[in-house]
Amino acid sequence: MRLIQGNEACAEGAIAAGCRFFAGYPISPSSEIAEAMARMLPRHGGVFLQAEDELASLGAVLGAALGGTKAMTATSGPGFSLMQEHIGYGYLAEIPCVVVDVMRGGPSTGLPTQPSQGDVMQAQWGSHGDRAAVVLAPVGVQEVYDLTIQAFGLSETLRMPVTLLYDEVVGHMREGVDLAIPDPMTLGGRPRSSQPAGPSFRPYKANATGVAELPDFGRGYRFHVTGLMHDERGFPTTDTSVVAALLERLENKAQAAKDLVMPEAYLMDDATLVLVAYGITGRTAKAAVDTLRSRGIRAGLWRPRLLWPAQDEMLRGALQNAEMVVVAEMNRGQWAREVERVAAGSVILRPLLKAGGATITTEEMVGHALDMLEAPDIASPDRVSGRTTELYANISSGSAVALESKVVE
Amino acid sequence: MSTVMDTDTDTAVDGAAGGSVAITGREKRLLRHAMMPHMLCPGCGHGIVLDAMLSVLSERYENLDNVAFVAGIGCSSRIIGYIDACTLHTAHGRPLSFATGLKLARPDLTVVVITGDGDGLSIGGNHLIHAARRNVDLTCVLLNNEIYGMTGGQAAPTTVLGAYTSTTPLGNTQHPFDAAELAKAAGATFVARSQSYRPQVFGELFSQALDHVGFSFLEVMSDCTEYFGRINRFGEGADMLMGQARYEPSIDADLARIPTVEPVTIKQPVRPVLPIGVLHRSSRLTLEETLGIEGGRSSGVAGGKVDDAVQRMNG
Repeated sequence: MRLIQGNEACAEGAIAAGCRFFAGYPISPSSEIAEAMARMLPRHGGVFLQAEDELASLGAVLGAALGGTKAMTATSGPGFSLMQEHIGYGYLAEIPCVVVDVMRGGPSTGLPTQPSQGDVMQAQWGSHGDRAAVVLAPVGVQEVYDLTIQAFGLSETLRMPVTLLYDEVVGHMREGVDLAIPDPMTLGGRPRSSQPAGPSFRPYKANATGVAELPDFGRGYRFHVTGLMHDERGFPTTDTSVVAALLERLENKAQAAKDLVMPEAYLMDDATLVLVAYGITGRTAKAAVDTLRSRGIRAGLWRPRLLWPAQDEMLRGALQNAEMVVVAEMNRGQWAREVERVAAGSVILRPLLKAGGATITTEEMVGHALDMLEAPDIASPDRVSGRTTELYANISSGSAVALESKVVE
Repeated sequence: MSTVMDTDTDTAVDGAAGGSVAITGREKRLLRHAMMPHMLCPGCGHGIVLDAMLSVLSERYENLDNVAFVAGIGCSSRIIGYIDACTLHTAHGRPLSFATGLKLARPDLTVVVITGDGDGLSIGGNHLIHAARRNVDLTCVLLNNEIYGMTGGQAAPTTVLGAYTSTTPLGNTQHPFDAAELAKAAGATFVARSQSYRPQVFGELFSQALDHVGFSFLEVMSDCTEYFGRINRFGEGADMLMGQARYEPSIDADLARIPTVEPVTIKQPVRPVLPIGVLHRSSRLTLEETLGIEGGRSSGVAGGKVDDAVQRMNG
């Protein structure tokens, strides 16, 4: 057990997972990851490169990964914006790597050292074109360590960039962490081709799980890797059926993450008022659930560790007995849209949004929940942001949901 | 009068036309035949460069299992697809970033970057100067055709003043880069320039660039007949090749005899006379050496790993 910071735990997790290449550019509040990697990698025979910008960082990471190394970069919002093109590249060319985004307030330079959960949608939709994403959201320092390791496992197994998304508070807070040596099973591994080298070699021929089995560069195979749409040979193509099949395969393979990263369900068995929160917000939400329970309200927490792809079925199952749902997040309403998509019409949903650079407190969550219990069918102004939740007004006023009891025993 | 017929290959000057590259057997085995026909325009100088490159490679390697070609986006970058090696066609402007990561992870590989003037000097200009500064053991070949060919003939950071392009209908108003001087100033330890007009010279310089330990930068003047040549009335592929050697008396005499090419004395954008050959050579520790990465080549410079302090810091 060691007392370390979230960002240090990320570096420790990366090293434990076998990461041996890091390229990055200084940016708050993620810089400690680069600093820790700069200290640790030489000791482990790895390479640390401070790059000239975030594009160069992820470019170098993708190059190193193609050479056969597990590689990572870390950044914050502005740098994450710059990296979107390469995340798309890594996705299309099927190059494994881990991208860490320690969120701060945005848009633009925004709030460099204040927490935010404003990059949730960008993590899924930031690149142009259709791209599935695998995005993990740790709640605290221990989970940063554990999920960094799992991010490598997923990226290697699925051969795609995986994003670890957490905010400034998780990045900078210190907690005791068990730096357990990871189980080799969690580490996964790059699927390897059994095809012989030669002109008939198909680097982008997918295996049964829909993952291409590219060899590393310089291991006896000669092949082409491109960011253009390509066929199984890796050659550029504009054949519409080949392109459509490629996009479908890539999207499908990413869905496997849904069964590999489990959400946290806290006191959910009998919960009729469900708080949905992730990352640091999931932490205060847990305390809010305890407070609400102490007042006799059947509250529960559903906290996804995997934001993308969204675990629709699990969420639907979790909300089966719910009457009211609060989605709490530090932005103007991002993942709340996912919850609405899954639960619209079946529950009263009112998000608790806070996008000013501070975490949502337990008291704010409890107050929000109590307001909702008092007046469930009124789209009341959000007590934190002052914003009327118009987006969800139709759900509470227009739906046929009848609430027999506002306060559940 | 020229060296064009003296090359050690029998490639026709306009061999890039129509997908029928006349190429000798020696280079043939290094071509990726499945990628043919290629996408270069008739008269484009890039095919000559590809051929000269394959010629050098065929003398040095039995196969290209351990040679990686990394390219960006643009006509020049597309030529790597025709080389039967590990080929990485990256994003626009970014090949040097990918190549740096690949080389640091796999110092055993020979890594060659193919880029263009738009890819390497405009969108990727920052990566170029930093790759040169770091002295990564890479060879970077920049094909300079002074225009964005693939997107339809827009002005590039190398387009000469006054030249017409689709985005400079009144003539280019921006001063061009001198790519070789830029690379030299940024710290490249081998800098050379050649022309598609002189494939033999290119071959010799490419060979020296591959031999050089550290960041070697080789600019090669090439021609875009479809856009730069057509819009500026520089004539066809062969005319433009000759144009690369303006101010050589024998060439000027030839130019005067070619009706499609105006003499250089008339009012038209004139491409600068750029020196060719090895322009700069120096010795410095490579990034691999200063990082203490084993498995790469030695620059022969005294010194080495500088992370002892890091080791001490870690106790």
